[in-house]
Amino acid sequence: MSRGIHQETELGGRRGARLPRIESAGLDGWLVRLFERIDEDNLAWLGALARRCEAALGEDLVDLVPSYTTLLVTFDPLGLAPEVARARLEALLADLTPDPAAGTGQVHELPTWYDPRVGPDLEGVAGHLGMSVAEVIDCHAGREYRVFALGFAPGFAFMGLLDERLEVPRLSTPRRRVPVNSVAIAGRQTAAYPAVTPGGWRLLGRTTARLFDRDRDGFSLLKVGDSVRFVPVDRATFERHGGDMTPVEKHS
Amino acid sequence: MTPEDTVIGLRVERAGPLALLQDGGRFGVRRLGVTQGGPADLHGWAWANRLAGNAWGTPALEITFGGLALVAERDLSLAVAGADLAATLEGKPLPLWQPVRVREGQTLVFATPRNGLRAYLAVAGGFRAEPVLGSVSCVVREGLGGFDGHGATLATGDRLAVSSDAGRRLEAGVAPVPAPPDYTRPAMLALLPGAQVADFTGDSLFAAFNRPWKVDDRADRMGVRLSGPRLACRIGSLVSEGIGLGAVQVPPDGQPIALLNDRQTIGGYPRLGALTPLAASRLAQCLPGQEVRLAATTGERALGDYRRLRRSLER
Repeated sequence: MSRGIHQETELGGRRGARLPRIESAGLDGWLVRLFERIDEDNLAWLGALARRCEAALGEDLVDLVPSYTTLLVTFDPLGLAPEVARARLEALLADLTPDPAAGTGQVHELPTWYDPRVGPDLEGVAGHLGMSVAEVIDCHAGREYRVFALGFAPGFAFMGLLDERLEVPRLSTPRRRVPVNSVAIAGRQTAAYPAVTPGGWRLLGRTTARLFDRDRDGFSLLKVGDSVRFVPVDRATFERHGGDMTPVEKHS
Repeated sequence: MTPEDTVIGLRVERAGPLALLQDGGRFGVRRLGVTQGGPADLHGWAWANRLAGNAWGTPALEITFGGLALVAERDLSLAVAGADLAATLEGKPLPLWQPVRVREGQTLVFATPRNGLRAYLAVAGGFRAEPVLGSVSCVVREGLGGFDGHGATLATGDRLAVSSDAGRRLEAGVAPVPAPPDYTRPAMLALLPGAQVADFTGDSLFAAFNRPWKVDDRADRMGVRLSGPRLACRIGSLVSEGIGLGAVQVPPDGQPIALLNDRQTIGGYPRLGALTPLAASRLAQCLPGQEVRLAATTGERALGDYRRLRRSLER
């Protein structure tokens, strides 16, 4: 995939600044900025960096938050002085190499019923894009997506990149309650809602996958670096797998 | 936690607007989009625990605003630190920032804020709940933690589990206890400048660090909005990235938001920097309308302040 297909913004005034960079993120954290642009190729580097951080910071490591272009490293500043942590990160960056394994996580198939009854924006999106509903479904289900980041809610995976033809803006007024397991798109990204939350993405359908489970090892079905494919299923299959039929209007 | 060392310590006679169980926070799972949680005022929470003879990290109750009445189901030793919510024991003022004996059947009431917003109630040995994702910290939005494990706030009739050791007598005069802070005074919030600080216009930077800011009523455990001069940044938004505790982000409307314990794990607004842990704690005790100021600090000073707090709590 070519670089720079999509980017939310440029880092204004900082373009051309040398990367990678280690930036202050408060008393107990450093933000390692590896890239400026969103790209699937970033994942192998970010994954490698996360693994090396775990080894280099050991017990003083508190949390790692990988995202599209960065890794936030949080540590216990009493166990590890911030300047020492920074020096370790610098040393680590000096000989960092991408980890192909980190760039290719698990592959998941999310059974999805694409239907206006559970995907109330499906027809509107098709109309807006000048496509048929079937074409929208084929286009969305026809591509393997990568998980760039988790955030917004536990287990909420930001996935991309969507086919350019499916690019639509967010709703101007977000829904107050998006039903759990809704499959949605916005910009060049797609996601499935692990819980009932507010949300402004356009809903195309619903999956039967259990996205976040406190009793499962690892809790979240999807992790940064994983690959995801949405597999269209019919209503009967959706219901057989315990799909929730509650119409969106009843939720929002 | 085993059934043998856990007993019912308190009954909720009347649930207030918000009372949450908090240990040190939920760690190691932020990469899954799970927020940090933990006490909004680390200082008050840590002292309540210390005075109750507990180790750092022991679950204590964070009582926001007041309106809460609890009845002791057995004799208990406890301590309340943080805000003064006009708390009473059997109608008499409850001594704050010191160990207190409560007899079975006695009623403890947290009324309304007199100084600060969040009081911390620790019982000897600690409150007990089953950890979820490694922590009992209650995050309502995520449905995680708390006494029920599903993020519920206290409800009238709840019976709260405590350590079976909660009746043990506490030694008075432990460690030099700080004078209770005056949270009503204008707060100076120490901030570590961040990577985008130079992307704000000169006027905006001057305003950020020299003008008073008012705590907005849009303030909760996720973040506290500050109202004042409109700050302009040459960056509109960033690719979303991990956000630390106390990060002060500035959305396009130019009004900064200081992000606290229950913040979302990633976000894409430019940031002035991050409040120090103690400054974030101090802000969490401010009521809407209160005046605060931002003051740039260095990592060295911030670390020194944090070290002093932790050392003063050591037993």
